[in-house]
Amino acid sequence: MDLNREHTRLLESSKFGTFALIGGVIGLVLTAIGYFVVSPGQMYHSYLTAFFFWVTIGLGGLFFTLLHHLTGAVWSVVLRKFSESLMAALPWMLLFFIPVIFGLHELYHWSHEEVVAKDHLLQGKAGFLNPTFFTIRGIGYFVIWILLSLSLFKLSVKQDQQHTPGITAKFKKISAPGMLLFALSLTFASFDWLMSLDPHWYSTIFGVYIFSGSVLAVLSTIMLVALFLRSKGFLEEVVTIEHYQDIAKLLFAFTVFWAYIAFSQYFLIWYGNIPEETIWFLHRWEGSWKTISMIIVFGHFVLPFVILVTRNSKRNLKLLWVMGFWFLIIHWIDLYWLVLPTFHKHSAHFSWLDFTAMLGVGGIFMAIFWRKFTGNKLVPMNDPELKESLHFTNM
Amino acid sequence: MSTENKKALGILAEFANPGELLKAAEQIRDAGYRKFDVHSPFPVHGMDNAMGLRQSKLGFIAGIAGLIGCIGGFGLQGWVSAIEYPLVISGKPFFSFAAFVPVAFELTILFAAIATVFGMFHLNRLPQLFHNVFYSEQFAKVTDDGFMVSIEAGDPKFDETKTKEFLTSIGGTSLEIIEAK
Repeated sequence: MDLNREHTRLLESSKFGTFALIGGVIGLVLTAIGYFVVSPGQMYHSYLTAFFFWVTIGLGGLFFTLLHHLTGAVWSVVLRKFSESLMAALPWMLLFFIPVIFGLHELYHWSHEEVVAKDHLLQGKAGFLNPTFFTIRGIGYFVIWILLSLSLFKLSVKQDQQHTPGITAKFKKISAPGMLLFALSLTFASFDWLMSLDPHWYSTIFGVYIFSGSVLAVLSTIMLVALFLRSKGFLEEVVTIEHYQDIAKLLFAFTVFWAYIAFSQYFLIWYGNIPEETIWFLHRWEGSWKTISMIIVFGHFVLPFVILVTRNSKRNLKLLWVMGFWFLIIHWIDLYWLVLPTFHKHSAHFSWLDFTAMLGVGGIFMAIFWRKFTGNKLVPMNDPELKESLHFTNM
Repeated sequence: MSTENKKALGILAEFANPGELLKAAEQIRDAGYRKFDVHSPFPVHGMDNAMGLRQSKLGFIAGIAGLIGCIGGFGLQGWVSAIEYPLVISGKPFFSFAAFVPVAFELTILFAAIATVFGMFHLNRLPQLFHNVFYSEQFAKVTDDGFMVSIEAGDPKFDETKTKEFLTSIGGTSLEIIEAK
């Protein structure tokens, strides 16, 4: 196994980055056209869903990297570069945050002064929910994410260049406060960008709900990229069936965790039966939204649970291809279900903008990811645990 | 007591390190022995495969028990709240699916956990207060730094001299025929 040769072969043969970039540009142009052709409201809501989807994947990559360093995990050493490269695309999402600020009035009810003037509840929240503070906070989250991902990524590149002792300890030093900042920034970002779409409604567990979905999404992305490389004959001896089984275990665990959090959120609101809180679920139980709610319950929990419960299915790579794509689709449906009911009340209406926005933001995101991934070592060659990770087996 | 009447209960061999132990287990498996065991102070990765053990049934046992707990939890609460003793609680319907989830969930975990513990005991044939290898003096080493293999006399391929020769040929040292004391 000659990793350097594989790396050169990958750089020469793969056109993935170019395709992603072209797709991204086409998607963004079409989405911009949709602003005039369809409606600004539809365009911004579709865009917000897509923006948030790819932010959760970047954040998932950050989480995976932080967790890897904090726990000192061995099995995931061979996957570290995957998650680091996803994390490294996160700073660029700051550019994609700009349209959200432009679309503030289309997206967020609370940003209209005349609405707030008539609404006692919103007046109480105006100190937190106002356009200036919203923008400052948004930039603040990105500052945290940029600092964390850049410092971790730089350190990783430094480790590739030369064997420096003590670098593992440095990773841990950044990761411990990093994890805390990650948890807080993800929670507040989801409060700001998604929960405040319906400013009367609140749920303290909302951030954890987003977190559980984003971990599922990033595990699926890492798995799909590895499977894609494997299908082209790359890294076959590096990411082995044992590593896939471990990813699948985490996918299984997080589909259960997601269900636990989603149910906890629903259960307390259902039991409490307070109109301001229940109305949020009522909106999602009207017309075709009810069908989507049921699709999420079965597609995000029941089916994956039954499918991934056995050891054999966790080691079936063909099945993992399907499950990887399925988790990404259901994660998008989940976010769609959080965002769009505030725009399309009473029933869901899919628009072509939903897909062009995903292609646009996703294409650019994946192009950056690919550039970072192929631009550096595919495997952390100087990681002291690498050898053990390569020979890792499940008990 | 005459020594020639003593019957061999098994044979014990020591190996230098976990890697040797793993290789030895593979060779013993390939030689066709079934009733043998390896002893080591700590778990050795890949040993299940090397010994030719099939996948444990424990997951299946836990799954079935969990399912029983889940159905039992829903069944008990549904029967009590909707059929046997219906009470209106905070204006909710008698059969409130959501309200039953926490208890059913906990019972699923409880049943699965208990079945895992006792299933593990059963599959490991525990509690077992005595085993023939305890007759050996040197066996105490496996709790410290010994890596040993024992082949039981009950194995169809067991033959005192041949098995002993075989174990020596694959690198076993300090060979000992286990006899009752």
